[in-house]
Amino acid sequence: MIAFFQSSIFVNLAYIFASILFIFGLKMLSSPETAQRGNLVSASGMLIAILVTLAQNEIIAYEYLLVALIGGLFVGVLAASLVKMTSMPELVALFNGFGGIASLLVGVAEFINPSSSTLIQIIAISFTVLIGGITFSGSLVAFGKLSEIISGKPLILFGQRFVLSALILIALLLVLELIISTGLLNISSQTILFVLIGVTFILGVLLTAPIGGADMPVVIALLNSYSGLAASSAGFVINNNVLIVAGALVGASGLILTNIMCKAMNRSLSNVLFGGFGAATSSSEKSGQIQGEVKPITAEDAYLILEAANSVLVVPGYGMAVSQAQHVVRELGELLEDNGCEVKYAIHPVAGRMPGHMNVLLAEANVSYDVLAEPDDVNPLMDTVDVCIVIGANDVVNPDARENEGSPIYGMPVIEVDRAKTVFILKRSMAAGFAGIDNPLFLKENSRMLFGDAKESISTLVSEFKT
Amino acid sequence: MESQALLVLLLFVLVLSIFLGFELINKVPSTLHTPLMSGANAISGITIVGALLASGGEGTFSSILVGTFAVFFASINVVGGYLVTNRMLKMFKKK
Repeated sequence: MIAFFQSSIFVNLAYIFASILFIFGLKMLSSPETAQRGNLVSASGMLIAILVTLAQNEIIAYEYLLVALIGGLFVGVLAASLVKMTSMPELVALFNGFGGIASLLVGVAEFINPSSSTLIQIIAISFTVLIGGITFSGSLVAFGKLSEIISGKPLILFGQRFVLSALILIALLLVLELIISTGLLNISSQTILFVLIGVTFILGVLLTAPIGGADMPVVIALLNSYSGLAASSAGFVINNNVLIVAGALVGASGLILTNIMCKAMNRSLSNVLFGGFGAATSSSEKSGQIQGEVKPITAEDAYLILEAANSVLVVPGYGMAVSQAQHVVRELGELLEDNGCEVKYAIHPVAGRMPGHMNVLLAEANVSYDVLAEPDDVNPLMDTVDVCIVIGANDVVNPDARENEGSPIYGMPVIEVDRAKTVFILKRSMAAGFAGIDNPLFLKENSRMLFGDAKESISTLVSEFKT
Repeated sequence: MESQALLVLLLFVLVLSIFLGFELINKVPSTLHTPLMSGANAISGITIVGALLASGGEGTFSSILVGTFAVFFASINVVGGYLVTNRMLKMFKKK
């Protein structure tokens, strides 16, 4: 009986079953009602895959792997339960990196194992190391930028493109040497592999460092895709279908998200990756037609306008995450609803630092998910909105995207808040957004600036409502 | 199985899975994109299967050591990824 559970037919059937569970898990993510169960389905697929692997008679020693498993379990549980919802982008970036390095190490372990590898395996190992290495170091840089350990500004080194192209060429030559082993370099193939790993680490850093904070959603989505492709590639190394299927699903998911993010910014992927947006755009926006003055408003006056409003649209951005204002925003929303006002939330795909960041924060604050809308849903009805409250969002509400052809963000789909009857803009100061461009919204006739920390401003509004 | 035939089979599986992935993910609403990413990230931890085989299987001390580190990172990825996704999805409620 035990022999059956260790037979390769049983193990492979179990892997197929695990793949089915991953697919169903992702399918159930298509609605918030089934999503949580979907995640459990996917997790049980993973558990099955791990358990049948552990039961295989190929595994002869358990002491090392159990220590590593328990260690990983401990760190994983700790990280997942301690992280704040506002720090989710950093955590996902870090986890992407761990997935990448794990795949890389699987490739390396297979390579240094004396049992001879086939040509296909060596090709697969090279790719796994290449993608895994870039994912790892790239994710660490993304993590550093998101957690503000390193500056979020695009970092462009002198001759970056040249160095990048040279390194890519070197990496490809090393891969080629590993595959055909001409022996021209007169060093062992293991050394070549280690040099290749070093090169991929540098490549990952160089590819991520030039990307600015506001473009982080694209980068995380792309690294997410890479971590899947690395796993898929590791599947070719150990001839395992479940790795290939699961990795490909993740790779496809990351690519779709990357594409959505790029479309939401009206930019191509290569422009995001190599454009250094925000570093060199200042010269291109000599529109000169920005006129008008900034009209500040006090929270007391804002309250009077809100009190009379019949419909309010809240537009959150990264600023809401920074000041942790999501809970008071929900409180204000409830008070407005009690006052007979219709409240909706409009969320731009690139608001925040990762896809869906704002939705998670509002869900954390107990906002019902059916009042969270996308730009396409709210823009047609914008003329009927009495008050728009823009909380720490900037570029995603910039009217220049529609009106000023000279603007670097011209053509980007935005939330057209300036068409509402009144717009409140909650902002710390008049500083430009992450893209580093002026926002004529602040000067429009119907705009009112509510300066100060978003959380404090909204708390004041809430207390006005309560008195 | 002959290695070329095996390669073709594996590539076949890869291509079909990518198309399946596109179909599945396109149906995920934007409000769930963050949990989708962290959940997908947890799935990419499937590389733990290869890591376990490298860490517990036959090999030299160095290949076992490398495999053990792979198990460590992959299990953080799997456990942390699923838990944090669950934590997020629990919050999505309709009133």
